[in-house]
Amino acid sequence: MAISDGMLWDCLSQVSDPEIPAISIVDLGIVRAATATDDGGCEIVITPTYSGCPAMHVIEENIRQVLEATGMENIQVRTQLSPPWTTDWISESGRDKLRAFGIAPPAHRALATASAIDISALTAADETEIACPQCGSLNTRLISQFGSTACKALYRCGDCLEPFDYFKPH
Amino acid sequence: MDADKFHWLLRAGDNALVLSQRLSEWCGKGPVLEEDMALTNIALDLIGQATLWLSRAGQVEGKGRNEDALAFLRDGQDFRNLLLVEQPNGDYADTLMRQLYFDLWHALWLESLLQSGDTGIAQIAEKSLKEVAYHLRRSSDLVIRLGDGSDDSHARMQRAADALWMFAGEAFIDDELDQRIASRGIAPLPGSLRERWLTRLENIFSEATLTLPSADAWMQRGGKQGRHTEHLGYLLAEMQFLQRAYPGAQW
Repeated sequence: MAISDGMLWDCLSQVSDPEIPAISIVDLGIVRAATATDDGGCEIVITPTYSGCPAMHVIEENIRQVLEATGMENIQVRTQLSPPWTTDWISESGRDKLRAFGIAPPAHRALATASAIDISALTAADETEIACPQCGSLNTRLISQFGSTACKALYRCGDCLEPFDYFKPH
Repeated sequence: MDADKFHWLLRAGDNALVLSQRLSEWCGKGPVLEEDMALTNIALDLIGQATLWLSRAGQVEGKGRNEDALAFLRDGQDFRNLLLVEQPNGDYADTLMRQLYFDLWHALWLESLLQSGDTGIAQIAEKSLKEVAYHLRRSSDLVIRLGDGSDDSHARMQRAADALWMFAGEAFIDDELDQRIASRGIAPLPGSLRERWLTRLENIFSEATLTLPSADAWMQRGGKQGRHTEHLGYLLAEMQFLQRAYPGAQW
C-alpha cells in the first residue's frame, strides 16, 4: 500500500516531545518535511530545537517506531540545521496545549538573529508581560533565564503564587 | 585534507567543549538552584555546539575520527581552545566574569561567521548564535547586578575581572592560520572584533560600576597553537577518563 504524505504527517503527530509529552513534534515545528519515497519508504527531515538537545535521538527513534508500526520499510530520518528552529514554528494548537500543560507559550515572535547581541534589545523584549498559565494573571516575575530545560525560563505568578515554566522566544 | 580548515574547526569546537566541561563542574554545587540549572543548561548548549564543530572537523580531516574520538582521544597539546576557557571555576565571581568575557566574544564571533563563505560553518554559527544570545544576556545581567551590588560582591567581581583579564585578549590575536582562513573568506580576522568587544564591555562595566582593566595590558597566548596552562591537563584527565580506561565504551 502506498502511503501518502498526509498519512505520514498523521503518524508523526502521534510522536510527542520526550520532555514535553503534552505536545507533538509536529506542533513543536521540529518536523520540517515528510515525503513518501518511490521505494515505498519515506524521508523525514527534523531539526533540533537546541544544538545540545538530548531529546533528538529519542525523537528519531520514536519516529521510526511509529512508522515501522504501519509496516513501512526504508525509513530515512535526516537532521537538518538550517534554517534554525524557532519558536515561531510552534502551531496555534501547540501553544494551547503548552498552556494547558502549565507552560506559558512564547509571548512574542523570536528576535531576528541580527539583533541577538544587542543587549538593550534583548532586555527590552524581556519586559513583555507573561501570562500565568494557571490563573491568567499578568502579575508575574522572571526568576531565572534558564528553567528545567534550555528552552524554558522560570517564572513565578504574584497572584496564585505558583512557579511556572515559560517557553522562551528563540 | 584541508589542514587549515581542520585546525580552525578544532579551535571552534574545543572552546565550546572545554568551557562546557568547566561549567559542568558546577552541577549540583551552584550557589542557588536557579544558577545551578542555568550553568548546566549553558554547558549543554555548548556541548551541542562542540558536537557540531568537531563532527565537521572530523569530516574535513577524513580519517574516520568523529566528534567523540576528537573529544576523548586527543592529548592536551592537540587541543586548540583559548586559555580563558580552561581557567578554573574559582569562586562564583570568577566563573561569571570568565563567562562574560567569553560570551561577548562568542556572540560577536558567531555573528561574523554568518557571512562565512563555508555554508556549513555559517549554518552552525546561525544555530549557535541564538543560544549564545541568551548566555550573554544572563552573564551581562549578573555581572551588572553583582558589580553594582554589595561592597563584598563588588570587590569580588573587580578582583575576578582583573585576575582573568590577561586571558581575555587571546581571542583577538591573529596568527598565520587566522590570516590564511580570513583570506579564503571562511572567517574574519580575530582582531577585527576587538573594538566592538571593548566598547560593549566598557558599557557593561560602567553600568556595573566596575573598572575595566587596561586595554593595552600584555595578554597571555598559546592556547590556539596548543600551548596551554597546566589546568587543561587536569580537566582532560577527568573528562577523558572513561574512554581512556575503557576504550570504545558505548552507552
